[in-house]
Amino acid sequence: MKFKIFTTEDTEGHGVTRGEAIQDMPLSFYKRPGLVVYVTCGDPDLVTTREIVLAAIDAGADVIELGVPFSDPVADGPVIQRASERALKHGTSLGQVLTLAAEIRQHAQSTGLIIFSYLNPILRMGMEKFCMVARHAGVDGVLVTDLPVEEAGAYLRSMKSNDLVPVFLAAPTSPDERLKRIAEASRGFVYAVSRTGVTGARQQLAEDAQKLVRRLRRVTKLPVAVGFGISNAEQFAEVGKFADAVVVGSAIVETVERNRGREAQAVGEFVGRLTAGVSRAAV
Amino acid sequence: MAALEELDREYERAKRDREFQQRLEVLLRTYAGRPTPLFFAQRLTKKLGGAKIYLKREDLLHTGAHKINNCLGQGLLVERMGKGRVIAETGAGQHGVATATVCALLGFECVVYMGTEDMRRQELNVFRMRLLGAEVRGVESGSRTLKDAINEAMRDWVTNVRTTHYLLGSVLGAHPYPTMVRDFHRVIGREARAQILKAEGKLPAAIIACVGGGSNAIGVFYEFIKDKKVRLIGVEAGGRGEALGEHAARFRGGSPGVLQGTYSYVLQDPGGQIALTHSVSAGLDYPSIGPEHAALRDAGRAEYVPASDAEALEATTLLARTEGIIPALESAHAVAEVLKRAPKMKKSEVVIVNVSGRGDKDIGIIRESLSLE
Repeated sequence: MKFKIFTTEDTEGHGVTRGEAIQDMPLSFYKRPGLVVYVTCGDPDLVTTREIVLAAIDAGADVIELGVPFSDPVADGPVIQRASERALKHGTSLGQVLTLAAEIRQHAQSTGLIIFSYLNPILRMGMEKFCMVARHAGVDGVLVTDLPVEEAGAYLRSMKSNDLVPVFLAAPTSPDERLKRIAEASRGFVYAVSRTGVTGARQQLAEDAQKLVRRLRRVTKLPVAVGFGISNAEQFAEVGKFADAVVVGSAIVETVERNRGREAQAVGEFVGRLTAGVSRAAV
Repeated sequence: MAALEELDREYERAKRDREFQQRLEVLLRTYAGRPTPLFFAQRLTKKLGGAKIYLKREDLLHTGAHKINNCLGQGLLVERMGKGRVIAETGAGQHGVATATVCALLGFECVVYMGTEDMRRQELNVFRMRLLGAEVRGVESGSRTLKDAINEAMRDWVTNVRTTHYLLGSVLGAHPYPTMVRDFHRVIGREARAQILKAEGKLPAAIIACVGGGSNAIGVFYEFIKDKKVRLIGVEAGGRGEALGEHAARFRGGSPGVLQGTYSYVLQDPGGQIALTHSVSAGLDYPSIGPEHAALRDAGRAEYVPASDAEALEATTLLARTEGIIPALESAHAVAEVLKRAPKMKKSEVVIVNVSGRGDKDIGIIRESLSLE
């Protein structure tokens, strides 16, 4: 990428491929509603993160988002900010998260694994190298929080050549044209953000979520996962009625924060409670 | 993204709207105090014994710095978009004060995010913002400085995007901010160019400006980019040492990366985590730099040098005592560079230093750092 002296017309990355048939997906939800669990890797340490992830899988998680801690997590609320700071204090890196992914893959063959990261650590490693290492580690997909689909040309090409699945965030404020573009660039599933704002548990879920899912259905056949703010069994059940899968993040990270010394057990119990009231049909 | 697109569209329309431009021009003239003088610093010139030094007096603007140019421009855009709430980040507090001022002028609700470390060292500006009716929210994360204030403002914006405009204060962030903020500051260079031609009948050999995000520098540089013989010199914060974390000289220790939606030079560690920075001036204390500066630098059109905390403080005292002008510590970095450069230049050459702000806000820090008898 070269730096440019701007004219006001400048934007980059119009290389997004459109309208291709959806490939065979390495990421699948075997039950409906599916459960996507996010963890901040390295909080409190990487060994514990592995135990937490395996406990979540045992308790019913279908897909794991391995969060790469970043110094400036602008899309995250206070819970994940704190976890990222703790993880960075002892130097958790993208390379270590990829090693962790490979270890988890050995124990969990059919669980979907997604690297959830900000763009800069990936750029620093090198996009192509990152994709190759991720693929070798057995990672299925990648979600880059601060990479909008409009700028994702090079990223999408690297992802495709390494058989990785790109997942993008769709927001309630996105106009239809943009939702279409996001859906076309996404593989595996589309991540619908339930409301405007940053990550973090909320008591009340916005109606925004259901509206957004409806709008997404019109532009894609991909499963739609809803996240941001889902923290308890009632919300899981409610969202599960209209979404294919539910993402739980901050509530998991908060469980880790509050249960020092018994993190994995606590997360396993939490995930169990989350899904207990819902009959999750196999698909 | 939707909000950025809306802003982009609205700005493009406003650019072509004569009524908008006229209204902005009137406010800049009758409210902010434009045009600002280009002052011949005779005693400083004599003392250094080299090039003729002119000071572009942005410090004389209402609220004490160039920041008001951009705030008035974006303020009028907010009116057009029909939003009633404005948020901003601030480092030194100058942008926060300018934002609070424009919000008072145009009747918007105003929230300013500021790192608690900056609130401590820029106490006076915190009070000024509150006096103007703004709410100042302290940010406790990271280094508790400008970068962290931007993070928090971005979080607020994505949460309240339907009602809120983010009045970003530098040539940073996602498109259209770097170009839009630059355009609102181009008036600095436009005036300076006409003024120097009138005073000297020729273009300057060099223009010097401090660079945090880089808004005052791009503002004064832009009209001269095509004049290849005019050297454009940006001065970064050299802080108190060369190690990562001790300075904010992105072109000395940084490498390409993405921070807060901008691809530019970034101070970062080998894992891509953003580094902490240090500068005596809160306004230069930021790990990235406006992307257009990165382009100018890589194209060889502009050069960027560091000035240390100590050099900036020394320059402050010198300018105060030779010309009776107390510059902001940010602007003092540009003055520090002219002290090094002017003696080596010919007496027939002319150099312009952009004094982007005044030093009243820094009196506390200057007092802590200097023992004046």
